[in-house]
Amino acid sequence: MQLSTKHLLGIRDLQQGDIQLILDTATQFKEVLQRPIKKVPTLRDVTIVNLFYENSTRTRISFELAEKRLSADTINFTASGSSAAKGETLLDTVNNILSMKVDMVVMRHSASGAPHFLAKHIPAAIVNAGDGINEHPTQALLDAFSIREKLGGLAGKKVAIIGDIMHSRVALSNIYLLKKMGAEVMLAGPPTLIPVYIREAFDVRVEYNLKKALEWCDVANVLRIQLERQNQPLFSSLREYSLAYGVNKSLLDSLDKKIVIMHPGPINRGVELDSDAADSKQSIILQQVENGVAVRMAVLYLLAGGGSAAEKN
Amino acid sequence: MKTILNEQQLAITIQRLSHQVLENHLDLENTVLIGIQPRGIYFSNRIVQQLKTHVPAGTIHYGKLDITFYRDDVRKGLHELNQTDIPFSIEDKNVILIDDVLYTGRTIRAALDALLDFGRPGKVELCVLIDRRFSRQLPIQADYTGKTIDSIITQKVKVFWKENDGKEEVVLL
Repeated sequence: MQLSTKHLLGIRDLQQGDIQLILDTATQFKEVLQRPIKKVPTLRDVTIVNLFYENSTRTRISFELAEKRLSADTINFTASGSSAAKGETLLDTVNNILSMKVDMVVMRHSASGAPHFLAKHIPAAIVNAGDGINEHPTQALLDAFSIREKLGGLAGKKVAIIGDIMHSRVALSNIYLLKKMGAEVMLAGPPTLIPVYIREAFDVRVEYNLKKALEWCDVANVLRIQLERQNQPLFSSLREYSLAYGVNKSLLDSLDKKIVIMHPGPINRGVELDSDAADSKQSIILQQVENGVAVRMAVLYLLAGGGSAAEKN
Repeated sequence: MKTILNEQQLAITIQRLSHQVLENHLDLENTVLIGIQPRGIYFSNRIVQQLKTHVPAGTIHYGKLDITFYRDDVRKGLHELNQTDIPFSIEDKNVILIDDVLYTGRTIRAALDALLDFGRPGKVELCVLIDRRFSRQLPIQADYTGKTIDSIITQKVKVFWKENDGKEEVVLL
C-alpha cells in the first residue's frame, strides 16, 4: 500500500491505482473528522512547511487543518513579509527551511513548474498546492471525492468544466484525473478561454454553448475567470461573459434533470455563478471544502508514511 | 505446523469466553463490545453471536475499531485501512476490546489511544483468543483469554475463519 510517486506534483504523474488509494484513504479520514476528537496522532514526528508564494484562503487553511488533525508540526511561510522580498531565491529559501529538519513541503507558486523544479533539488516530499496555470492536484482529488460521494462513482459520469479553461490549473488537474478514472469530460466557455488543441490533446469534448453543455452533463464544475492571469482582453466585459456563460437558477431549472453544481472557489458571485445557483440544493460547493481536509489528510499521510524522505532516496 | 485449537475446540472456547463476559457484565446494559480491525472482527462477530443467544440482541452495543492512524510505525510502512464504526457513545461505559491474538501489545496500546478519542470509558477490558505470553513489549494483559501459548518470535500464530479462509482452526507456524 504505497503511492507510486514520492511527491504529489500533479495528477499527470499519478496512476489510476494511486488516485483510487488516495480517495479510499480520504474516506477513512472523513470518518475521523466526524468523531468527537477530530485528530489522530499519525504524523506526530513529521514537520511540514506550508510555502505560499501566492494568495490562498481555502487551500492554505485546508492544508493547515489537515496537518494539525494528523498531529504534524506546521510552519507557515508567505512570500510577502519574508526574505523572498529581499531577493532570496526559491531554492535558497527552501534549503534554509529544510536545514531546520522539515520533512515535507506544501507549496503554492505563481510560476508553473516551480514545485517540479524544487523536487529535482531537495530531498523532502513536495505537495503541489497549485502552480501557475499548470496543476492543482489536491483540488482535483477533492472534486473527484465529492463527485464520488454524491453520485457513487466516477466512471462513465459526465462532467462539464465551465469557464476559464485556459488559465485554470484546476481545469487541467481535473481533466487528467477524470480521464484517468474513466469519466467523460466536456469543456465549455468562450473560444478565447479554451486552448485550441485541447480537444485532440486530452480526448475531451468542447462546447461553446453553455445551455448545451449543461444539458449534456451530470456535474458542472464552474470555474472563476482568472483576471489576474489574463494580460490581454479575452472577452468584452464581465457583464457580457455573465450573460453568455453565467450559471443561474433559471437556467438550471430549464433543464430536464438535476445536475450537480461545483465550484473550486473563490466564487465571483454574479459573474460565472449566480447566488441563487451557488446556494441551491444542487450545489455541493461547501461539501467540496469539507472534503478538502480529508483528501489532504490522505495525501499527506500517504506521502509521509512508509519511510522518511531521506530513507526513500 | 501445529494445531493449537481445532474447529470444535474453537467453538467451545468462544462459548466459554462469552459466558465469562456475561458473568462479569450480566445484562450488558452498560457494556460495549469493540472488535479490532481487521482480523479481530471475525472473533468479535462470534462472541457477539454467542451473546445474542443469552440476551436480547437490542441490548448489545457492538462496534469496530481501526487502529491504523494510531500505530507507532507509520514511518516504517503503511498498512491497509479498514472501517471504524462506533455508532454509540462510550462515555462511562465498560468497554471490552476484542482481538484475535495478543502478541507484543502494541496493537492494544494503539487501540486504547484510539478508544480514548471517542470518549472516556468507565473501564476497559481486553478479550483475546490467543495470548502469546513472554512476547510482550508493553505491560498489557488480557482479562479474558481463550488459550495461552508459549511461542518464540520466529513462530507465527494464524487464526483461520470459515467466512474468510474456508476453515476454522488456530495453528502455530
